[in-house]
Amino acid sequence: MRPSRAYAGRGMADSIDKLQMSITKRYGGKVVLDQFPLEIVGREFVTFLGPSGCGKSTALGIIAGLVPPSDGEIHLNGRRIDDVPPEKRGFGMVFQNYALFPHLTVFGNIAFGLSLQKRSSEEIDKRVRDMLGLVRLAGYEDRYPGQLSGGQQQRVAIARALVLHPRLMLFDEPLSNLDAKLRVEMRAEIKQLHTRLGLTSIYVTHDQAEALSLSDRIVVLREGVLMQVGTPQEIHDRPKNVFVADFMGFRNFLDVTLGKEAGGMIEAGFKGQILQARARDSFHPGERAVLAIRPEDVRLGQSGDGVNVLRGKVELVEYLGREQEAEITLDGGARLWVRSHEKIVLGETLDLTLPADKFVLLRRE
Amino acid sequence: MARIRSDSRSELDLVAILCLTPSLLYVLAMFVYPFLYGIYISLQPKKRDAGIFSNYVAFFNDAYQCNTIKTTFMLALPTTIAVVLVALFLAYGMRRGIWFERTITTILVLPISLGVVFLSEGILGFYGHNGWLNQLLLAVGLIQNPLELTHNSIGVIFSLFMQNFPFCFLMLLGYISGIDPSLESSARMLGAGPWTIFRRVMFPLIAPGLIIAFALVFVMSFAVFPSAVMVGQPAGSTRTISIAAYQQAFEQYDMSYASAIAVIMGLCQLAALVVIVLVRRRMTIATTMGVGKR
Ligand SMILES: Nc1ncnc2c1ncn2[C@@H]1O[C@H](COP(=O)(O)OP(=O)(O)OP(=O)(O)O)[C@@H](O)[C@H]1O
Ligand SMILES: [Mg+2]
Repeated sequence: MRPSRAYAGRGMADSIDKLQMSITKRYGGKVVLDQFPLEIVGREFVTFLGPSGCGKSTALGIIAGLVPPSDGEIHLNGRRIDDVPPEKRGFGMVFQNYALFPHLTVFGNIAFGLSLQKRSSEEIDKRVRDMLGLVRLAGYEDRYPGQLSGGQQQRVAIARALVLHPRLMLFDEPLSNLDAKLRVEMRAEIKQLHTRLGLTSIYVTHDQAEALSLSDRIVVLREGVLMQVGTPQEIHDRPKNVFVADFMGFRNFLDVTLGKEAGGMIEAGFKGQILQARARDSFHPGERAVLAIRPEDVRLGQSGDGVNVLRGKVELVEYLGREQEAEITLDGGARLWVRSHEKIVLGETLDLTLPADKFVLLRRE
Repeated sequence: MARIRSDSRSELDLVAILCLTPSLLYVLAMFVYPFLYGIYISLQPKKRDAGIFSNYVAFFNDAYQCNTIKTTFMLALPTTIAVVLVALFLAYGMRRGIWFERTITTILVLPISLGVVFLSEGILGFYGHNGWLNQLLLAVGLIQNPLELTHNSIGVIFSLFMQNFPFCFLMLLGYISGIDPSLESSARMLGAGPWTIFRRVMFPLIAPGLIIAFALVFVMSFAVFPSAVMVGQPAGSTRTISIAAYQQAFEQYDMSYASAIAVIMGLCQLAALVVIVLVRRRMTIATTMGVGKR
């Protein structure tokens, strides 16, 4: 797509080639970020993903300059920017609660940054109106934030940051106050703006679906420690540890003891039964490990060759619309979650097949 | 649907009225009745044959009496401006917490618990003709003659400042720390430095609270009596309107005239409040529309 007119005048000087950092943040004695490393290149969309309290906002605040790091450095295009105050970094930020100025109109909010740059009133007028068109809020100039819906306020907040042509956009859970339907719509809009305007963006969320759909790369955090970095597909299909797997919707974790390896497959002893899983480097026979599988990858019934078949009784059925998810107690006493289009009846006894190539082999923690 | 709603609505009103009754009765008994009674007395002059408004006429025809309004005003206004400005400055600086915050707040608020008389004694002892301050400055040789800081309007303004500052400070601190800190952060991200943030974001949001604080401090200062007597010059430069009322009541034993003066004082305070509220309404319509509370 052609860049919007609002961006036509943007020079190369203020674009971003590379942001590198490695930072530690302590509050009192508590380590909130532990040597958190990050490298971002221009035009990338990077997401920080992790549960509440893991330090995502803190990391974003440090990049913005709003939170002083306890240790470490931040480099932008090779220049250190730690001691540059936030108002001089030229980054844009969208806050979780939008933080619109309640005493200013929509126009006043979006024009705020431009008027500080002492732009002519014609330029301000034009750029604000272009921006309002871009976020589909033309005609709302004279409203106050209190007279807008959550989704509209959120778009004003995005427009207010974008109108300054920030070299880096920071989003702190901008969709978490919206309803499910609007979230899906807005997330598509954010992605569109990002590509269309050639932005570089860092986006914080605790919603895996949001992270998967938006990102070029996902950074998974746990209690201030980096767990995994990768493309959405890598994170989704090949989580590196139980934490990331759990976050990515693997609900079944089988404690196994590894056995013989042959032909790319490895045997795993599970409650007296032998399961087959795809072998992975650095796992050895005799080791205790975890096999993870998603509920939707478990199949009902026996497969042809009878490999990886477990038997159990249906304990609980959750109706999910097109599908249902059921909790099965296996003969050995372990529990397994299954998701299927087929009808599952409470109390019946079922055969389940766990396809060997759907297993992810993980280290036990 | 609509029926049910209007029913529950009127039920709610009933509950609200019931809950309000005790406080309404209290206000009626302790405030409205004495106030009306005061007006009633003020309309029955001591001299039998005088008209009902003769006390008021006498007050405004007697420069000695009606100048007290100006005197009081000239004490209350500078005090109020000083209190509000200093409180604003400190409260703004402390809005995100500072070191030893509790200690500092306690020290700032302490005068409330001391009482006006004790405070005035303290002011006399410290700032008085032979007070510590003068003795120190004389000893150091900074001045040749003692500074006259008490028994004049400066002393009264000092005293009023110390009495009213804590209320104003606490009120503004609560108001300012209630403002969402992410507003400041977002202003910074848009390129605003500290002064711009104050001027263009924080001040407009603080202004409504500031005006209310101003109104309260002004009304409290306008009623000044003990400090005007103790650290002021009650016969001359700090003869406030409350002193005039006191003299009529307890030196001339003219309760009716005293009541009239008290009513005039109340009307002055009311007039000031009306002006302040009008200013506030104009400002808030212009600045904080849509913040929930209008
Ligand atoms: N000012 C502070 N003082 C002390 N501890 C803090 C402070 N700010 C954050 N923390 C702590 O740092 C940790 C990380 O906080 P942060 O706000 O970055 O979490 P988050 O990942 O953004 O969570 P959420 O998804 O709930 O927003 C939390 O444990 C929090 O308690
Ligand atoms: Mg957060």
